[in-house]
Amino acid sequence: MNKIAVQVDDLTVAYNYKPVLWDIDLEIPEGVLMAIVGPNGAGKSTLIKAILGILNPIAGSIRIYGKPYTKQRDLVAYVPQKGSVDWDFPTTALDVVTMGTYGSLGWIKRPRQKEKKAALEALEKVGMLPFKNRQISQLSGGQQQRIFLARALVQNASIYFMDEPFQGVDATTEIAIINILKELRKAGKTVIVVHHDLQTVPEYFDWVTFLNVKKIATGPVKDIFNDDNLTKTYGINYKVSIQE
Amino acid sequence: MSNAQIEIQLIASLVAIACAIPGTFLVLRKMAMISDAISHSILPGIVIGFFITHDLNSPILILLAALTGIITVVLVEYIQKTGLVKEDTAIGLVFPALFSIGVILIAKNANDVHLDVDAVLLGELAFAPFDRLMIMGADVGPKSLWIISVVLTITILLLFAFFKELKVSTFDAGLSASLGFSPVLIHYGLMSVSSVTTVVAFDAVGAILVVALMIAPAASAYLLTTDLKKMLGLSIIFGVFSAISGYWLAHWLDASIAGSITTMLGLLFLSVYLFAPNKGLISVMYREKQQRTEVSLLTFLLHLKNHSDENERHVNHLNEHINWQKVQSQTVLDLALKNNMILIDNNIVSLTQKGDEFTSKAIDYIITNEDSQIEDMKDDFFLFRG
Repeated sequence: MNKIAVQVDDLTVAYNYKPVLWDIDLEIPEGVLMAIVGPNGAGKSTLIKAILGILNPIAGSIRIYGKPYTKQRDLVAYVPQKGSVDWDFPTTALDVVTMGTYGSLGWIKRPRQKEKKAALEALEKVGMLPFKNRQISQLSGGQQQRIFLARALVQNASIYFMDEPFQGVDATTEIAIINILKELRKAGKTVIVVHHDLQTVPEYFDWVTFLNVKKIATGPVKDIFNDDNLTKTYGINYKVSIQE
Repeated sequence: MSNAQIEIQLIASLVAIACAIPGTFLVLRKMAMISDAISHSILPGIVIGFFITHDLNSPILILLAALTGIITVVLVEYIQKTGLVKEDTAIGLVFPALFSIGVILIAKNANDVHLDVDAVLLGELAFAPFDRLMIMGADVGPKSLWIISVVLTITILLLFAFFKELKVSTFDAGLSASLGFSPVLIHYGLMSVSSVTTVVAFDAVGAILVVALMIAPAASAYLLTTDLKKMLGLSIIFGVFSAISGYWLAHWLDASIAGSITTMLGLLFLSVYLFAPNKGLISVMYREKQQRTEVSLLTFLLHLKNHSDENERHVNHLNEHINWQKVQSQTVLDLALKNNMILIDNNIVSLTQKGDEFTSKAIDYIITNEDSQIEDMKDDFFLFRG
């Protein structure tokens, strides 16, 4: 068994005293490419935000390689939902990617040549180098998502959390993104993705967590991605044809 | 110019700069109304501070008033978090309540002192040079000039130190939190600076007009640039420009300085709103017209591509076939000719190779929506710029 990258114990998160995540226990082994699936309002994004300390849970603990998140920030990169930011913000693609280096810089220190070089390399990796000086509102949805991915890559983390990276992107970008995620896994990184398209789960991921306020199941896709768990999660008779 | 005139313009300019810096971030955070709330609700803080210190320029008064500003923000967020009302409603509930407490306090207790509701609402820049700061018996200038200089210096130092943190938490609060730059901390830092600036500026321009100095320069700059640093720079330039030109407008009209400065801010925003190269009203209207023509052009090219028989391609038949007005047909034909996309031979229109390729590419793009294929077409055609 691999090391445990992320360990969640008894996690409960509530908005205005209404639980949106209820007593979650979850172990994510190192080196998996994991999908979090579940219906709207299942708490998928909330789970990621709670792990990253963006939301305060009312109970439970979170460990990243055995230590609290605040001690392990350098090991973690985060890609929020594309819709969570204002793309009319006056800045360029390169500048957004450079934001990924801010964590390692800490307070007050400004990014310099080294950080800029790392950001350019990340842009190159996602095929966005020609657009580095473009204002971000002038990018297509797929290009914006690539910028977000590049910003996570520049953090050079061990664990990547991504909130719906395939939302509103074209087919080419989706393939480009999943290829980069698979490369990350090959390099021994752990990648956790909130995912909506159940059809592509077996093709893209090797690990899956079913979530609907409570954790339904977690494990290897080949063992647990079945109609039984899908029905338990989505509450209706759910059938997915899995191509062998 | 007399010394007093120079001093008034200097104070107005420094106030404008001190307002433009936090104002830029307030506009980007869509929090313009919060500055309105702060500017009103600091009144009870100023009144209570005045009772304690009997000096409108006392640092204790400034801090007390700024604290009321922070309390406003906390109250607005608290009411909003209950989920019972939206943010704008919460703002509308909090600041009139606090402001009215200030008005009653003035009416009940301050009838005999230099503090009245008019001065609070409108400020009086013209009196600023009368209140001098004396150090060991020597006159070193107006008190308010010194106070605004201190506040502006602190604001600029904070801006330089935390520019990166302000930027990332404004653009993406989630990322900022995950990187360890607490958005809540930065938010309250910005609110504190805004509150202190408002208190200091309020003495010069009054509670209502300070909002204009925070929001109008930043809103104008936002329409002109796509770079945060340039936006800050432009906000500052616009603020100073309005302060000085407003002063001379007041001089010429023999009217309120604060009112004239705000009028200049309004005129400035109006002209930027109309004439900004990309986001301005005129530019947007032109772009929409061009896009309509370009859609027609594409329709026309596609028609040519799909119909090889000559009677479908005769110049005069185009009106009938695609059902266009004559003027429109002419505009489209001209545009196609200008771009070497068609040839007209004996009144028969045919596609050039360039026109043929352009059409295939454009249709491909419309079907697949794959942006990367059409980068070179974006420069010439509005249609593909999204």
